[in-house]
Amino acid sequence: MEFKTLLFYIFSAVTIFAALRVITARNPVHAVLFLVLAFFNVSGLWMLLQAEFLALALVMVYVGAVMVLFLFVVMMLDINIERVRQGFWNNLPLGALVGLLMVGEMAVVLSGRYFGLASLPPRNLPADYSNTKELARVLYTDYAYPFEIASVILLVAIIVAVTLTLRRRKDTRGMRPVDQIAVKARDRMRIVKMAAEVEPPVAAAKEGEQP
Amino acid sequence: MISLSHYLILAAILFAIGMVGIFLNRKNLIVLLMAIELMLLAVNINFVAFSHYLNDLSGQLFVFFILVVAAAESGIGLAILVVLFRNLSSIDVEDLDSLKG
Repeated sequence: MEFKTLLFYIFSAVTIFAALRVITARNPVHAVLFLVLAFFNVSGLWMLLQAEFLALALVMVYVGAVMVLFLFVVMMLDINIERVRQGFWNNLPLGALVGLLMVGEMAVVLSGRYFGLASLPPRNLPADYSNTKELARVLYTDYAYPFEIASVILLVAIIVAVTLTLRRRKDTRGMRPVDQIAVKARDRMRIVKMAAEVEPPVAAAKEGEQP
Repeated sequence: MISLSHYLILAAILFAIGMVGIFLNRKNLIVLLMAIELMLLAVNINFVAFSHYLNDLSGQLFVFFILVVAAAESGIGLAILVVLFRNLSSIDVEDLDSLKG
């Protein structure tokens, strides 16, 4: 058995085990950690498929950012596990039936010789081939417009996440910039017109009074 | 030798696991989101495998865009989840039965 074949089976087995644990784990924190394990193994599979940039992006973006976000939220919420697990196994027979049926059908179709899938030869790339470079060449020429749209989608996601979770507390004391900008001089200072008085020099004590 | 169908069957298994996860975890929104992540991962495996065996980089570009959309989706989903938990103190899907216009 070739070493790459062995690696494929190891990565696949761990991925499937981790995915099964994700959906059955009692504790949501364990579920997130098993999802991280699944992502790591899929990243290894993508390395076998010579998609190095995506494999690294999966680890860095997904495991590093999205899964950590999941961990934050899971640990922040105080979930009543007993209540959440109520009736957990009720839907198992139907779900397992549907899932097994899907996998069985796909296996029958895909492992047969109908599509000639087995005859597709894997690529043999030269040693100095750079997956990242080629990907960037396509991304910034043919797919430049979808790339911009993707960045807008991320921006929208940021704004939505902030506006959804922003909460105004009533008891906090702070400045309101809107009011500060809208202030006028006559709100703060009152100019009083009064008749000029000619005081005799004896009344020097009243000099501190502002007009 | 690992052929394309090996990868496709692995992706099918992962997709089915994700779907069974949605059946099972009807009361836990977080695990529902994670099951959706699993299904997206299965789709991505398909794209990368086809890209490798058909020698076409467009598949990997698609995975790139799927990753972007999936990150945005899980970010917004988790934000909604936090707001929901703040209001209802529960993440059960069945508690989401009130509308406010």
